[in-house]
Amino acid sequence: MPYKLVCGLEVHAEVKTASKMFCSCKNDPFGAIQPNIHTCPVCLGMPGGLPVANRKAIELTIKLGLALNCKINLFSKFDRKNYFYPDLAKGYQISQYDIPFCHDGYIDTSEGRVGIHRIHLEEDTAKLSHQEIDLDGDGKVEKVTLIDFNRSSVPLVEVVTEADIKSATQAKEYGQKLRQIMRYLDIADCDMEKGGMRLEANISLRKEGRTGLPDYKVECKNINSFKFLEAAIHFEIERQTEVLQNGGTPIQETRGYNSTTGKTFPQRTKEDAADYRYFPDPDLPPIEFTAEQIEAIRGEIGELPEAKAARFIKEFNLNEKSTRELTANNKKSVFFEEILSTAKKESLDSQKLVNSLLNKKFEFSFDEKASAIIEKFKASSTSETIDDGELKSVINKVLAANQDAVEKYKLGKTAVAGFLIGQVMRELGKKVDINLVREKLISLLD
Amino acid sequence: MKLNELTLKESIDALDKKEVKIEEIYQDIDKVYQAKNEDLNIYLSVDADALKKAKEASKKPLRGLPIAVKDNFCTIGLPTTASSNVLDGFMPQYESTVTKRLKENGGIVYGKTNMDAWAHGSSTETSDFGRTLNPRNIEHLPGGSSGGSAAAIAADMSIAAIGSETAGSIRQPAAWCGTVGLKPSYGRVSRFGVVSMASSTDSPGPLTKTVEDACILLNSFAGPDERDATCNKEKAPDFTSFLGQSIKGLKIGVIYQDVKEIGETNDKLLQELNILKELGAEVEIVKAMDPHHAIGVYTVVQRAEVSSNLARYDGIRYGEDRSHFGDESKRRIMLGTYTLTKGHADQYYNLAQKVRTLYLENYKELFKKYDILVAPTSPSFAKKIGASFESSMFGELEDMLVEASSVSGLPGINVPFYHDEKTNLYLGANFIAPMWREDSIIKVADAFEKNTKWNSWRNK
Repeated sequence: MPYKLVCGLEVHAEVKTASKMFCSCKNDPFGAIQPNIHTCPVCLGMPGGLPVANRKAIELTIKLGLALNCKINLFSKFDRKNYFYPDLAKGYQISQYDIPFCHDGYIDTSEGRVGIHRIHLEEDTAKLSHQEIDLDGDGKVEKVTLIDFNRSSVPLVEVVTEADIKSATQAKEYGQKLRQIMRYLDIADCDMEKGGMRLEANISLRKEGRTGLPDYKVECKNINSFKFLEAAIHFEIERQTEVLQNGGTPIQETRGYNSTTGKTFPQRTKEDAADYRYFPDPDLPPIEFTAEQIEAIRGEIGELPEAKAARFIKEFNLNEKSTRELTANNKKSVFFEEILSTAKKESLDSQKLVNSLLNKKFEFSFDEKASAIIEKFKASSTSETIDDGELKSVINKVLAANQDAVEKYKLGKTAVAGFLIGQVMRELGKKVDINLVREKLISLLD
Repeated sequence: MKLNELTLKESIDALDKKEVKIEEIYQDIDKVYQAKNEDLNIYLSVDADALKKAKEASKKPLRGLPIAVKDNFCTIGLPTTASSNVLDGFMPQYESTVTKRLKENGGIVYGKTNMDAWAHGSSTETSDFGRTLNPRNIEHLPGGSSGGSAAAIAADMSIAAIGSETAGSIRQPAAWCGTVGLKPSYGRVSRFGVVSMASSTDSPGPLTKTVEDACILLNSFAGPDERDATCNKEKAPDFTSFLGQSIKGLKIGVIYQDVKEIGETNDKLLQELNILKELGAEVEIVKAMDPHHAIGVYTVVQRAEVSSNLARYDGIRYGEDRSHFGDESKRRIMLGTYTLTKGHADQYYNLAQKVRTLYLENYKELFKKYDILVAPTSPSFAKKIGASFESSMFGELEDMLVEASSVSGLPGINVPFYHDEKTNLYLGANFIAPMWREDSIIKVADAFEKNTKWNSWRNK
């Protein structure tokens, strides 16, 4: 291909705080049982409502910045981004313009480093839904737009990369890593289907061998899955290549992505691009941190997925692929680490244990104790083959010798089955798949 | 004596000594309301249950006395319109911090007073609900934007009043109506629930009959508020503790004596300030940064903030749509939008902020040498009705002498310093001090008021 992809991503994620960004309303837009219940004069943009910044949301943003190797601005501020839209209660969004909390970081992917240009904090808008309903009960259906302000002023973190992304797969990997880190730090749930995490891609192409940014960029919005992100980039590469090969330049515009057709479509061109008239929000004093406060936040960052995976490989002698699965999220990794540590003490084969767990060789739940799971593993892993006749005769022998237990079982005390299974296992004298023994025993009892 | 003419302090004392009953005070207030409100157009709405509420508040610091409140403070149970058709009939479901605290302290919102629509003006002539007349002389304007609150005091239609100032909106109408008006330091009083005009300078404050009354009223609502991030975190002092203090040794700088347009007013003020020398203060003329630049700074910064603050009035969630904005608001929205637009911001908004910093630095220098600075509040007596329509910059010119200190956030107080027998109109002096030093201005204004003949309530 004569053209190379030049791509940067903008990712929005709703921050997990108890209250909203600028008021004390509950931050729970997805859990709300009704529209417009988590609202107040501030997030409804009523006269005289004043914003007060959520300190926790700011600290989480800085935490994310530190985890993504960013520099932190000790002096920062909020600015007003002015534009009209029915979902924007105040007629402006409180965001950050020239002094974001974090800047100049990176995430490493298997296809190279992706620079983080900046991370800033802002407030989410209300949610619009376009419906056809009978509003006045006259039997006639009307087209209406309903607004739910439960989401209005929910803290929203925006992570903007440099134009370092060279392929659709790299874009996907970057997005997945970012999501994983946010989940690890418990900063955001990143539920993409609900809109808890939103992707925008700036896509352009340049001739192979050239350096520097192309003189146009196409912004793709409304992408709500990594699959669609890949698809949108592929589609744009094809579309823009064709324009370029015909001697043209793709127009600078904002395009939407239609997941049904798999195509992007034009939404807005540069001519009607908004001038947001940013200026410092006079309702919010600037925010200052000391270097010590930043270090205290850094101290709260636990082990990140990358480091944890490396440690698992080293400590438990695991392969990379399964390690990645074990460390996919923080809760999972803590669970698996406990099991692996127990197994290590007993000198069991960690990789084999992990394979059994990941391939669901036996049933287990995340609430079970590590020791119990290890026992199951032992039982399942050491099973030897046995022919049906031999098993049947051993079981019958045990049943005959334990008539009391059999009686109890028939009276409904099914718990004695465990005792009988133990007797059978002992009588067999070899490690047989315990599930097989249970099945056979129960069928004979019944 | 008519009880509506009592000061706040006199009313409290008379009630405590059981010389009068709260009903009698309300009776006299109601009487003048019924006789004059229709003509003067001071109140846009009044609380029919005010007296009932007053009786329940008899043990609280403000004893249930009737207070006039500017119509840009959100009040549960009374409409809040900011004198704009956009908010005609708007009933807030929440209370501004100022009125909440006022009520907790036993103040009763007697009614909501007329103002320039959205506080855009210095005349109360741009109200969508008609102009307010100056009770001292009905051919003249009361000033603004808190013109209704100043007029309520001058007409004895309330015992005390609350207004808000962005640059002059408390002090200028106080000057024109011959009352006291105190603009606290920016951040001394919470802005929560006050319809925002220019957020970076909006300051609620008292309009009263005496300096003492201003302190009593300010005590009831000043202080930290977690619902306003720009509010000062420190507890407010007891402002009445600064009354009756000696001003011996206080250094007072008289500024703006070099401003040509106000020659006559300046001369009169200089003469009146002699009393402060007699009381032991040092008074001398000093040159301050030219106030004319402040007109530009204030106009640009305020219009920019206005254009953004009024964006929420889209008629979607409440109120009327944007076609209901008056001409003055439309002008301000357009000008503010322009000054923030890419390519113009450096020329206007950012430049204005730089000049604002110059003023801050100039005050810092002046306050190294002086405790207090003083100048006329307004260049002249109250203008005649209709005057505000002659110039779209009417307010900015009238407020020229207070704008620099307003954009700097400084506290200031207006006290009458001259009365013209023929027109029955007043001139006011504006004492200013460094941030958080309300004590200085209260001390000097109180001494000035008590030792001169210009306060109409103290000199009946």
